[in-house]
Amino acid sequence: MNLMSFFNRRTSAPVARERLQILLAHERGIVGGKSDLLAQLREEILAVVGRHLSVERDNVQVKMNRGADLSTLEIEVELPGPDGVRI
Amino acid sequence: MAKVLVVTSGKGGVGKTTSTAALGGALAQGGEKVCVIDFDVGLRNLDLVMGAERRVVFDLINVVQGDAKLSQALIRDKRLENLSLLPASQTRDKDALTEEGVARVLADLRDKFDWIVCDSPAGIERGATLAMRHADVAVVVTNPEVSSVRDSDRIIGLLDSKTEKAEKGERVEKHLLLTRYDQGRAERGEMLKKEDVLEILSIPLLGIIPESEEVLRASNVGTPVTLNNPNSAPGRAYFDAARRLKGETVEMMIPSDKKGLLGKLFGRRAA
Repeated sequence: MNLMSFFNRRTSAPVARERLQILLAHERGIVGGKSDLLAQLREEILAVVGRHLSVERDNVQVKMNRGADLSTLEIEVELPGPDGVRI
Repeated sequence: MAKVLVVTSGKGGVGKTTSTAALGGALAQGGEKVCVIDFDVGLRNLDLVMGAERRVVFDLINVVQGDAKLSQALIRDKRLENLSLLPASQTRDKDALTEEGVARVLADLRDKFDWIVCDSPAGIERGATLAMRHADVAVVVTNPEVSSVRDSDRIIGLLDSKTEKAEKGERVEKHLLLTRYDQGRAERGEMLKKEDVLEILSIPLLGIIPESEEVLRASNVGTPVTLNNPNSAPGRAYFDAARRLKGETVEMMIPSDKKGLLGKLFGRRAA
Protein backbone atom coordinates (compact mmCIF):
# COMPACT_ATOMS: atom_id res chain seq x y z
CA MET A 1 0.00 0.00 0.00
CA ASN A 2 1.57 3.28 -1.05
CA LEU A 3 0.93 6.66 0.43
CA MET A 4 -1.75 7.63 -2.10
CA SER A 5 -3.83 4.53 -1.57
CA PHE A 6 -3.56 5.11 2.15
CA PHE A 7 -5.31 8.46 1.73
CA ASN A 8 -7.72 7.39 -0.99
CA ARG A 9 -8.89 4.38 0.96
CA ARG A 10 -10.81 6.58 3.36
CA THR A 11 -12.84 8.86 1.14
CA SER A 12 -15.71 6.64 0.16
CA ALA A 13 -18.37 9.23 1.00
CA PRO A 14 -18.03 11.16 -2.30
CA VAL A 15 -18.65 7.88 -4.12
CA ALA A 16 -21.79 7.30 -2.04
CA ARG A 17 -22.98 10.81 -2.78
CA GLU A 18 -22.47 10.51 -6.51
CA ARG A 19 -24.08 7.07 -6.74
CA LEU A 20 -27.11 8.35 -4.84
CA GLN A 21 -27.49 11.42 -7.01
CA ILE A 22 -27.47 9.37 -10.20
CA LEU A 23 -29.80 6.72 -8.81
CA LEU A 24 -32.34 9.12 -7.32
CA ALA A 25 -32.48 11.32 -10.41
CA HIS A 26 -33.44 8.16 -12.23
CA GLU A 27 -35.91 6.82 -9.63
CA ARG A 28 -37.70 10.11 -9.10
CA GLY A 29 -38.63 10.03 -12.77
CA ILE A 30 -40.08 6.54 -12.54
CA VAL A 31 -41.87 6.83 -9.21
CA GLY A 32 -43.21 10.27 -10.03
CA GLY A 33 -44.92 8.74 -13.06
CA LYS A 34 -43.09 11.06 -15.45
CA SER A 35 -41.18 9.82 -18.45
CA ASP A 36 -37.62 9.00 -17.66
CA LEU A 37 -36.18 12.29 -18.78
CA LEU A 38 -32.58 11.58 -17.97
CA ALA A 39 -32.48 8.21 -19.74
CA GLN A 40 -34.09 9.78 -22.79
CA LEU A 41 -31.63 12.68 -22.78
CA ARG A 42 -28.76 10.25 -22.51
CA GLU A 43 -29.94 8.20 -25.48
CA GLU A 44 -30.37 11.27 -27.66
CA ILE A 45 -27.01 12.73 -26.68
CA LEU A 46 -25.41 9.36 -27.46
CA ALA A 47 -27.05 9.36 -30.88
CA VAL A 48 -26.00 12.93 -31.74
CA VAL A 49 -22.42 12.61 -30.51
CA GLY A 50 -22.20 9.13 -32.00
CA ARG A 51 -22.76 10.54 -35.49
CA HIS A 52 -19.43 12.35 -35.29
CA LEU A 53 -17.37 10.56 -32.69
CA SER A 54 -17.26 7.03 -31.43
CA VAL A 55 -18.24 7.03 -27.79
CA GLU A 56 -18.82 4.15 -25.45
CA ARG A 57 -22.33 3.95 -24.02
CA ASP A 58 -20.95 3.96 -20.46
CA ASN A 59 -18.97 7.12 -21.10
CA VAL A 60 -22.02 9.36 -21.37
CA GLN A 61 -23.29 10.53 -18.00
CA VAL A 62 -26.30 12.77 -17.49
CA LYS A 63 -26.96 14.09 -14.00
CA MET A 64 -29.55 16.41 -12.65
CA ASN A 65 -29.28 18.17 -9.31
CA ARG A 66 -32.46 19.62 -7.96
CA GLY A 67 -32.24 22.30 -5.34
CA ALA A 68 -34.77 24.65 -3.84
CA ASP A 69 -33.51 27.67 -5.80
CA LEU A 70 -31.38 26.24 -8.56
CA SER A 71 -31.35 23.03 -10.55
CA THR A 72 -28.48 22.01 -12.79
CA LEU A 73 -28.12 19.56 -15.64
CA GLU A 74 -24.66 18.12 -15.99
CA ILE A 75 -23.68 16.24 -19.17
CA GLU A 76 -20.36 14.50 -19.30
CA VAL A 77 -19.14 12.76 -22.45
CA GLU A 78 -15.85 11.00 -22.15
CA LEU A 79 -14.07 10.71 -25.50
CA PRO A 80 -11.56 8.04 -26.44
CA GLY A 81 -7.93 8.91 -27.21
CA PRO A 82 -6.88 10.26 -30.68
CA ASP A 83 -6.95 6.79 -32.24
CA GLY A 84 -10.61 6.30 -31.58
CA VAL A 85 -11.76 9.52 -33.24
CA ARG A 86 -12.95 9.12 -36.79
CA ILE A 87 -13.46 12.26 -38.77
CA MET B 1 -56.04 21.05 18.74
CA ALA B 2 -53.14 18.67 18.46
CA LYS B 3 -50.56 18.45 15.73
CA VAL B 4 -50.20 14.99 14.26
CA LEU B 5 -46.58 14.10 13.63
CA VAL B 6 -45.41 10.96 11.85
CA VAL B 7 -41.94 9.56 12.43
CA THR B 8 -41.10 7.65 9.28
CA SER B 9 -38.13 6.45 7.20
CA GLY B 10 -38.86 3.66 4.77
CA LYS B 11 -35.82 1.71 5.91
CA GLY B 12 -35.89 -0.27 9.14
CA GLY B 13 -33.44 0.06 11.99
CA VAL B 14 -32.58 3.72 11.45
CA GLY B 15 -34.09 4.93 14.74
CA LYS B 16 -37.80 5.62 14.24
CA THR B 17 -38.91 4.09 17.53
CA THR B 18 -35.98 5.58 19.46
CA SER B 19 -36.77 8.98 17.94
CA THR B 20 -40.50 8.69 18.62
CA ALA B 21 -39.81 7.96 22.29
CA ALA B 22 -37.14 10.66 22.57
CA LEU B 23 -39.11 13.41 20.75
CA GLY B 24 -42.31 12.46 22.58
CA GLY B 25 -40.38 12.52 25.86
CA ALA B 26 -38.68 15.84 25.09
CA LEU B 27 -41.97 17.51 24.12
CA ALA B 28 -43.64 16.19 27.29
CA GLN B 29 -40.69 17.28 29.42
CA GLY B 30 -41.22 20.75 27.94
CA GLY B 31 -44.78 20.72 29.31
CA GLU B 32 -46.71 19.67 26.17
CA LYS B 33 -49.43 17.03 26.36
CA VAL B 34 -48.15 14.19 24.19
CA CYS B 35 -49.52 10.87 22.95
CA VAL B 36 -47.19 8.48 21.14
CA ILE B 37 -48.83 5.81 18.98
CA ASP B 38 -47.24 2.60 17.73
CA PHE B 39 -48.42 1.77 14.19
CA ASP B 40 -46.20 -1.28 13.83
CA VAL B 41 -48.92 -3.93 14.15
CA GLY B 42 -47.43 -7.37 14.80
CA LEU B 43 -43.98 -6.01 15.61
CA ARG B 44 -44.70 -3.49 18.31
CA ASN B 45 -41.71 -2.13 20.18
CA LEU B 46 -42.54 1.39 21.29
CA ASP B 47 -44.01 -0.07 24.51
CA LEU B 48 -40.69 -1.81 25.23
CA VAL B 49 -38.53 1.24 24.44
CA MET B 50 -40.80 3.35 26.70
CA GLY B 51 -40.72 0.78 29.50
CA ALA B 52 -44.48 0.09 29.42
CA GLU B 53 -44.44 -3.45 28.00
CA ARG B 54 -46.01 -5.01 31.08
CA ARG B 55 -48.81 -2.48 31.27
CA VAL B 56 -50.37 -3.13 27.85
CA VAL B 57 -53.96 -4.33 28.17
CA PHE B 58 -55.74 -2.91 25.12
CA ASP B 59 -54.22 -1.61 21.92
CA LEU B 60 -54.85 0.55 18.85
CA ILE B 61 -56.75 -2.19 17.01
CA ASN B 62 -59.04 -2.82 19.99
CA VAL B 63 -59.91 0.87 19.93
CA VAL B 64 -60.30 1.02 16.14
CA GLN B 65 -62.67 -1.96 16.25
CA GLY B 66 -64.63 -0.64 19.19
CA ASP B 67 -63.60 -3.42 21.61
CA ALA B 68 -62.07 -0.93 24.02
CA LYS B 69 -62.42 2.73 24.82
CA LEU B 70 -59.55 5.06 24.05
CA SER B 71 -59.17 5.82 27.75
CA GLN B 72 -58.78 2.10 28.49
CA ALA B 73 -56.04 1.62 25.92
CA LEU B 74 -53.96 4.72 26.67
CA ILE B 75 -51.05 4.03 29.00
CA ARG B 76 -49.93 7.02 31.02
CA ASP B 77 -46.17 7.23 31.49
CA LYS B 78 -45.07 6.62 35.08
CA ARG B 79 -42.43 9.35 34.98
CA LEU B 80 -44.24 12.04 32.97
CA GLU B 81 -47.95 12.44 33.61
CA ASN B 82 -48.49 14.41 30.38
CA LEU B 83 -47.05 11.60 28.21
CA SER B 84 -49.27 8.71 27.06
CA LEU B 85 -48.73 5.67 24.87
CA LEU B 86 -51.20 3.94 22.57
CA PRO B 87 -49.59 0.58 21.82
CA ALA B 88 -49.93 -1.50 18.67
CA SER B 89 -51.37 -4.99 18.69
CA GLN B 90 -48.81 -7.78 18.80
CA THR B 91 -51.13 -10.57 17.73
CA ARG B 92 -53.57 -9.14 15.25
CA ASP B 93 -53.22 -8.75 11.53
CA LYS B 94 -52.27 -5.33 10.22
CA ASP B 95 -55.30 -5.44 7.92
CA ALA B 96 -57.43 -4.90 11.01
CA LEU B 97 -56.41 -1.24 10.83
CA THR B 98 -58.86 0.65 8.65
CA GLU B 99 -58.41 4.15 7.36
CA GLU B 100 -61.71 5.33 8.85
CA GLY B 101 -60.91 3.69 12.18
CA VAL B 102 -57.51 5.37 12.40
CA ALA B 103 -59.04 8.71 11.41
CA ARG B 104 -61.63 8.35 14.18
CA VAL B 105 -59.03 7.53 16.85
CA LEU B 106 -56.81 10.43 15.77
CA ALA B 107 -59.77 12.82 15.82
CA ASP B 108 -60.51 11.77 19.42
CA LEU B 109 -56.88 12.17 20.42
CA ARG B 110 -56.62 15.61 18.79
CA ASP B 111 -58.97 17.03 21.42
CA LYS B 112 -57.00 15.64 24.34
CA PHE B 113 -53.37 16.31 23.44
CA ASP B 114 -51.03 18.93 21.98
CA TRP B 115 -48.95 16.44 20.03
CA ILE B 116 -49.74 13.03 18.58
CA VAL B 117 -46.55 11.29 17.54
CA CYS B 118 -47.09 8.30 15.23
CA ASP B 119 -44.30 5.72 15.09
CA SER B 120 -44.47 4.31 11.56
CA PRO B 121 -43.46 0.76 10.70
CA ALA B 122 -40.65 0.30 8.18
CA GLY B 123 -41.54 -0.22 4.54
CA ILE B 124 -44.08 1.47 2.30
CA GLU B 125 -46.98 -0.91 2.87
CA ARG B 126 -50.32 -0.35 4.55
CA GLY B 127 -49.03 0.25 8.09
CA ALA B 128 -46.61 2.93 6.92
CA THR B 129 -49.11 4.67 4.65
CA LEU B 130 -51.75 4.67 7.41
CA ALA B 131 -49.27 6.13 9.90
CA MET B 132 -48.54 9.07 7.58
CA ARG B 133 -52.04 9.40 6.17
CA HIS B 134 -53.37 12.07 8.57
CA ALA B 135 -50.09 13.75 9.46
CA ASP B 136 -49.59 17.51 9.65
CA VAL B 137 -45.85 17.15 10.17
CA ALA B 138 -43.42 14.41 9.15
CA VAL B 139 -40.04 13.64 10.65
CA VAL B 140 -38.03 11.62 8.14
CA VAL B 141 -35.41 9.66 10.07
CA THR B 142 -32.31 9.03 7.97
CA ASN B 143 -28.89 7.51 8.59
CA PRO B 144 -25.95 8.91 6.62
CA GLU B 145 -25.85 5.78 4.51
CA VAL B 146 -26.88 5.10 0.90
CA SER B 147 -29.78 2.69 1.44
CA SER B 148 -31.35 4.86 4.13
CA VAL B 149 -31.10 8.02 2.00
CA ARG B 150 -32.63 6.24 -0.97
CA ASP B 151 -35.56 4.97 1.09
CA SER B 152 -36.09 8.39 2.66
CA ASP B 153 -36.33 9.88 -0.81
CA ARG B 154 -39.06 7.38 -1.60
CA ILE B 155 -40.92 8.21 1.62
CA ILE B 156 -40.72 11.94 0.85
CA GLY B 157 -42.40 11.16 -2.48
CA LEU B 158 -45.20 9.34 -0.65
CA LEU B 159 -45.64 12.20 1.85
CA ASP B 160 -46.12 14.50 -1.14
CA SER B 161 -48.68 12.28 -2.85
CA LYS B 162 -50.44 9.78 -0.57
CA THR B 163 -51.30 11.82 2.51
CA GLU B 164 -54.62 13.47 3.23
CA LYS B 165 -52.97 16.90 3.07
CA ALA B 166 -51.34 16.15 -0.30
CA GLU B 167 -54.65 15.01 -1.73
CA LYS B 168 -56.27 18.27 -0.64
CA GLY B 169 -53.52 20.19 -2.40
CA GLU B 170 -51.85 21.13 0.89
CA ARG B 171 -48.39 20.13 2.06
CA VAL B 172 -47.24 17.97 4.92
CA GLU B 173 -44.48 19.86 6.70
CA LYS B 174 -41.40 17.65 6.27
CA HIS B 175 -38.25 17.61 8.41
CA LEU B 176 -35.08 15.59 8.21
CA LEU B 177 -33.71 13.98 11.36
CA LEU B 178 -30.22 12.67 10.70
CA THR B 179 -29.44 9.91 13.18
CA ARG B 180 -26.35 7.85 14.05
CA TYR B 181 -24.17 10.65 12.74
CA ASP B 182 -20.43 10.44 13.32
CA GLN B 183 -18.93 13.86 12.72
CA GLY B 184 -15.36 12.57 12.73
CA ARG B 185 -16.03 9.98 10.04
CA ALA B 186 -18.02 12.51 7.98
CA GLU B 187 -15.10 14.94 8.13
CA ARG B 188 -12.68 12.22 7.07
CA GLY B 189 -14.82 11.43 4.03
CA GLU B 190 -15.85 8.03 5.36
CA MET B 191 -19.51 8.92 5.84
CA LEU B 192 -22.00 11.11 3.97
CA LYS B 193 -21.94 14.62 5.43
CA LYS B 194 -25.06 16.38 6.63
CA GLU B 195 -24.69 18.76 3.66
CA ASP B 196 -24.66 15.80 1.24
CA VAL B 197 -27.84 14.30 2.68
CA LEU B 198 -29.57 17.69 2.83
CA GLU B 199 -28.68 18.48 -0.77
CA ILE B 200 -29.90 15.11 -1.99
CA LEU B 201 -33.18 15.05 -0.04
CA SER B 202 -33.89 18.82 -0.15
CA ILE B 203 -35.97 19.04 3.03
CA PRO B 204 -35.16 21.21 6.05
CA LEU B 205 -33.03 19.78 8.85
CA LEU B 206 -34.71 19.19 12.21
CA GLY B 207 -31.66 17.88 14.01
CA ILE B 208 -28.56 15.74 13.98
CA ILE B 209 -28.43 12.92 16.51
CA PRO B 210 -24.86 11.76 17.03
CA GLU B 211 -24.03 8.06 17.21
CA SER B 212 -23.89 7.35 20.92
CA GLU B 213 -23.83 4.54 23.47
CA GLU B 214 -26.48 6.43 25.40
CA VAL B 215 -29.20 5.41 22.94
CA LEU B 216 -28.76 1.69 23.65
CA ARG B 217 -28.33 2.38 27.36
CA ALA B 218 -31.71 4.14 27.40
CA SER B 219 -33.54 1.44 25.45
CA ASN B 220 -32.00 -1.24 27.69
CA VAL B 221 -33.79 0.26 30.65
CA GLY B 222 -36.97 1.27 28.79
CA THR B 223 -36.64 5.04 29.09
CA PRO B 224 -36.55 7.71 26.37
CA VAL B 225 -32.96 8.95 26.09
CA THR B 226 -34.13 12.50 26.85
CA LEU B 227 -35.36 11.26 30.22
CA ASN B 228 -32.67 8.69 30.98
CA ASN B 229 -29.79 11.07 30.38
CA PRO B 230 -30.97 14.55 29.37
CA ASN B 231 -27.41 15.90 29.27
CA SER B 232 -26.05 13.20 26.98
CA ALA B 233 -25.23 14.15 23.40
CA PRO B 234 -28.31 12.44 21.88
CA GLY B 235 -30.44 13.74 24.75
CA ARG B 236 -29.46 17.34 24.02
CA ALA B 237 -29.84 16.82 20.28
CA TYR B 238 -33.40 15.50 20.72
CA PHE B 239 -34.30 18.40 23.04
CA ASP B 240 -33.11 20.86 20.40
CA ALA B 241 -35.09 19.02 17.71
CA ALA B 242 -38.24 19.11 19.88
CA ARG B 243 -37.85 22.87 20.36
CA ARG B 244 -37.52 23.32 16.59
CA LEU B 245 -40.73 21.31 16.16
CA LYS B 246 -42.45 23.84 18.40
CA GLY B 247 -41.25 26.58 16.06
CA GLU B 248 -38.36 27.89 18.13
CA THR B 249 -35.15 28.88 16.41
CA VAL B 250 -32.29 26.88 17.86
CA GLU B 251 -28.76 26.98 16.51
CA MET B 252 -27.88 23.71 14.79
CA MET B 253 -25.24 21.87 16.79
CA ILE B 254 -23.92 18.35 16.83
CA PRO B 255 -23.55 17.64 20.54
CA SER B 256 -20.70 15.39 21.59
CA ASP B 257 -20.18 12.90 24.42
CA LYS B 258 -16.44 13.02 23.91
CA LYS B 259 -14.55 12.76 27.14
CA GLY B 260 -11.06 13.88 28.01
CA LEU B 261 -8.33 11.39 28.80
CA LEU B 262 -9.27 11.16 32.47
CA GLY B 263 -12.91 10.70 31.55
CA LYS B 264 -11.96 7.89 29.21
CA LEU B 265 -9.93 6.17 31.90
CA PHE B 266 -12.33 6.57 34.78
CA GLY B 267 -15.62 7.65 33.28
CA ARG B 268 -17.09 4.27 32.34
CA ARG B 269 -20.53 3.89 33.78
CA ALA B 270 -21.91 0.64 35.03
CA ALA B 271 -25.43 1.06 33.68
